[in-house]
Amino acid sequence: MADPMKIRATMSGDKVEVKVLMSHEMETGQRKDAKGATIPAWFIQNVTATCNGKTVLSAEWGPAVAKNPYMSFKFAGGKPGDKVAVTWVDNKGDKRTDEATIS
Amino acid sequence: MNTGRRKVLKGSGGLAVMGLAMSAGLFKPGSAWAQAGWNKAAFETKSVADTVKALGGATPATESKDIVITSPDIAENGAVVPFTITSKIPKTESIALLVEKNPNTLAATFNIPEGTEAGIQTRVKMGQTSNVIALVKADGKFYFTGKEVKVTLGGCGG
Repeated sequence: MADPMKIRATMSGDKVEVKVLMSHEMETGQRKDAKGATIPAWFIQNVTATCNGKTVLSAEWGPAVAKNPYMSFKFAGGKPGDKVAVTWVDNKGDKRTDEATIS
Repeated sequence: MNTGRRKVLKGSGGLAVMGLAMSAGLFKPGSAWAQAGWNKAAFETKSVADTVKALGGATPATESKDIVITSPDIAENGAVVPFTITSKIPKTESIALLVEKNPNTLAATFNIPEGTEAGIQTRVKMGQTSNVIALVKADGKFYFTGKEVKVTLGGCGG
């Protein structure tokens, strides 16, 4: 099971600024181990962020996204106390959802 | 055993999968990226032009000054290169980040629903010094802007 994400959602003017730090290996499938065997790719493919059931951002990622991915974005229509949920799914079918309350 | 026939079968099977993925994208031009699926064809492209095509752009993208890439000019560590991309083009639907000289060009795509600001911040890996391209889809059209980022230590392979 993957480690929890760190999510911070704060009001910035009339918009909500969301910062997400995920914990994931993001193996590219390009590297080789000490024996010369290729390490299989293992990375997050889909990320979805929702607020009150409405999708505020969705993303598709390739293995080029850095290890322990970080992203941030802003959306309108949220208010303090609302919950922002972020879900990711990786290429092995593993997934994780975490939420944060807007402050 | 007729090995020639085997090869033909294998080849056409791969093509059919590609075709399926592409037609799936074509049938739903507006929402193709918003689906939970993963655009395998687009993430396997090896050039900027192919990526635009795989993402559903029929015409070549136009260069735009309304897209801004903020990143270091020289990245000391290619494994973590921070990027901020903002688009001032009205009706921005999605933002894609492409690294020209990575093994696969496309690094990430972000769908911007209505109400979300057309600006994202993320971190990607870069194998070597390369042009980085931000590709924005707005109102069905593709726009791009590019920037060279120098990498002193690569982030792919080792």
